[in-house]
Amino acid sequence: MSKSLKLFASAAAPATVVLVVAYNFADRNVTPMPPLPDRSEAIAAYTAPPPSPLMAAVATEGDPTGKFGLGRPAFPEEIAAWDIDVRPDGRGLPPGSGNAFDGESVFEDNCAICHGSFAEGVDNWPKLAGGEGSLADEDPLKTVGSYWPYTSTVWDYVNRSMPFGNAQSLTADEVYAITAYILYSNDLIEDDFELNQDNLASFELPNAGGFILDDRAETEYSIWTGEPCMENCKDNVEITMRARVLDVTPEEEGADETVEAPAEEPVEVAAAEPTETTTEMATTEATTVVAADPELVAAGEKVFKKCKACHKVGDGAKHGTGPHLNGIIGAAVGAKDFKYSKVLKGLAESGAVWDEPTLAAFLEDPKGFAKGTRMSFKGLKKAEDIAAVSAYLSTFTE
Amino acid sequence: MSDGQATSRRAFLKGTAAAAAGAAAAGAAKAAEGPDPLITEVQEWAQITGDGVDATPYGLPIEYEGDVIRRNVEWLTADTISSINFTPIHALDGTITPQGCAFERHHSGAIALRKEDYRLMINGLVDQPLVFTYEDLERFPRENHVYFCECAANTGMEWAGAQLNGAQFTHGMIHNMEYTGVPLRTLLAEAGVQTEGKWVFVEGADASSNGRSIPIDKALDDVLVAFKANGEALRKEHGYPVRLVVPGWEGNMWVKWLRRVEVMDGPVESREETSKYTDTLEDGTSRKWTWVMDAKSVITSPSPQSPITHGPGPLVITGLAWSGNGAITRVDVSTDGGMNWTQARLGAPGQKMALSRFYLEIDWDGSEMLLQSRAIDESGYVQPTKAQLREVRGLNSIYHNNCIQTWWVRETGEAENVEVS
Repeated sequence: MSKSLKLFASAAAPATVVLVVAYNFADRNVTPMPPLPDRSEAIAAYTAPPPSPLMAAVATEGDPTGKFGLGRPAFPEEIAAWDIDVRPDGRGLPPGSGNAFDGESVFEDNCAICHGSFAEGVDNWPKLAGGEGSLADEDPLKTVGSYWPYTSTVWDYVNRSMPFGNAQSLTADEVYAITAYILYSNDLIEDDFELNQDNLASFELPNAGGFILDDRAETEYSIWTGEPCMENCKDNVEITMRARVLDVTPEEEGADETVEAPAEEPVEVAAAEPTETTTEMATTEATTVVAADPELVAAGEKVFKKCKACHKVGDGAKHGTGPHLNGIIGAAVGAKDFKYSKVLKGLAESGAVWDEPTLAAFLEDPKGFAKGTRMSFKGLKKAEDIAAVSAYLSTFTE
Repeated sequence: MSDGQATSRRAFLKGTAAAAAGAAAAGAAKAAEGPDPLITEVQEWAQITGDGVDATPYGLPIEYEGDVIRRNVEWLTADTISSINFTPIHALDGTITPQGCAFERHHSGAIALRKEDYRLMINGLVDQPLVFTYEDLERFPRENHVYFCECAANTGMEWAGAQLNGAQFTHGMIHNMEYTGVPLRTLLAEAGVQTEGKWVFVEGADASSNGRSIPIDKALDDVLVAFKANGEALRKEHGYPVRLVVPGWEGNMWVKWLRRVEVMDGPVESREETSKYTDTLEDGTSRKWTWVMDAKSVITSPSPQSPITHGPGPLVITGLAWSGNGAITRVDVSTDGGMNWTQARLGAPGQKMALSRFYLEIDWDGSEMLLQSRAIDESGYVQPTKAQLREVRGLNSIYHNNCIQTWWVRETGEAENVEVS
């Protein structure tokens, strides 16, 4: 080690000198550059070098495998874990079954917060039911019932991508049940119809025949090809619509055009009270806010990744799928301006407070603690994760 | 971000004032009122020293460019985790989009996936299903290509009428980068595609697990498994460490955090290729497998976010043009809403499936203009008007709106997104 360091040091000194010389030279020698040689012939004469021996070997039939021999064979278990796609003919469906009757509660627990209890959609989240016969209307409503061509797609998508923020957490039976519930919500099956791996593919959705293959080459390219008009292409030009009239552009462009929304109440950051006998207060006064352990907070930030698809924290946090959680520790249950479930409203009326034990009980088993909560989250199994996320949340004030 | 917005608004208001002042003195280089103190007085920056070399180990644009950022249209989507933002094309020039301001589209957020944890599986109708590590990918012969990536929904909000006031919002779901990667055909050959293999299904490692089916001909042609963009590692939001590049085809197929390629005998008909990214026509039937992004162009300046601030006289009109069917061969510009057209100058000869920059230098007389651009690609296809598109497709489409865009430039230099007859 020391040897190499010495070597480096002795080599570095002359290098510095060279560098300075070069720099001086570059700085002072500002005589005009000679004209650049014409390289067009050289460029035209350039031919790519022959492929490297390895590439050549791979490219020619001389190499029996035609391969680089990179990568390794995939294990069957690995393929089974990742190859979960389901095809229109039902290939890829795992064994299982479910009906809409069972599906209703699974849907309520996992999907309704965004898609509505009747699959009718909440806010900007997708509507999954309704809209039949609307595709030729001015504002078509595209749902599983009105638009989707294949039932397999519903199964595949729910299985691979849903619920939002907790993907690939559903059992096969739950996915069958949710698929059945969505079909039921579209009046396509009865609530006791048992959907399973054998009959799912044969269930044809109403719009299965509503698609044609891309025909732009025939219907458009032939019309819009050729030398276009350059002069006097139309008699007159009139403005028929202006974006400013609609005014949906995010950035405001003139102070006179829009009235700014009133700023939110100034955030009052509770200043830490000067403490004379910190240790004593911490032990005797339960209300004293003890600065959260930074390591625990950092761990909690990681755990919170499981929550942040629905809950925002930090400056300017707004409600998302769930309420924002600034100032949640110590706050009254159901105190934020949010559409709470009945059970949380009940807790709010009873005067419950999100102190650490209450929050811990909720996070450990959300549906056990508050049956009927719309929070589609299975809970945190580890007590240390709950403590960590609680510490993390305590750092955000209202 | 709020700083950036404030800056841009101030800049705009100042700009209009300057334009009004300049309007009086058009023509030749005009005399100043007096010597410029920026020249006659020694400025602070000419006296004291600036930052040392390590002040910014990885540089960001200077603070004065703080408003050149991606922006989101909040009302478009329910949540930023499954959303899109827009490249500030109104403020860029040349053709390469810096990664840091290239638009993002995620279905379950941008994930942090380490190279060490990265795996790519090739399975399905192959002789030998394989798993590659990131390191394995780096040992295959590499290629470099510049390609545009355009979301099929770019300009989608404009179908029913002029809606968003800015090129960033109407046309900013696009970026153009130089990619380094391994052709997908090289990896497929390594696994050995069987003769029944007619499609590949490509899939991401994030929670959305976005999956799309691609015909084998395209997969064996120019599709790239890319790990570098503009010379550096892909940014997290662009699929670090590995994304798929599907030249000329809609951005949704450019799967980020690529984890699996399955060779199949038919398409999966996934959610993103049935319920989304299909185009409903007037009679209610819908086109599917509309993968190619047709020729399109837009004037990036002047435009609503990039008004003329210098008054009459020399004016550079510039914009971008591209085609998923090959190279751009020509761009025409109209200043009168499409009555008369002038051929613009391409910044460089068009490259296949890459952005072209065009310029038209004019002597602006200070009167109103209805600015339009019209791209023509090597197939002879001419970018259509919105009326032409509507005639074939009706009003219910969302995707693949490649119509001619109109900016109404006022005497003040201000510009607005409009539709014309």
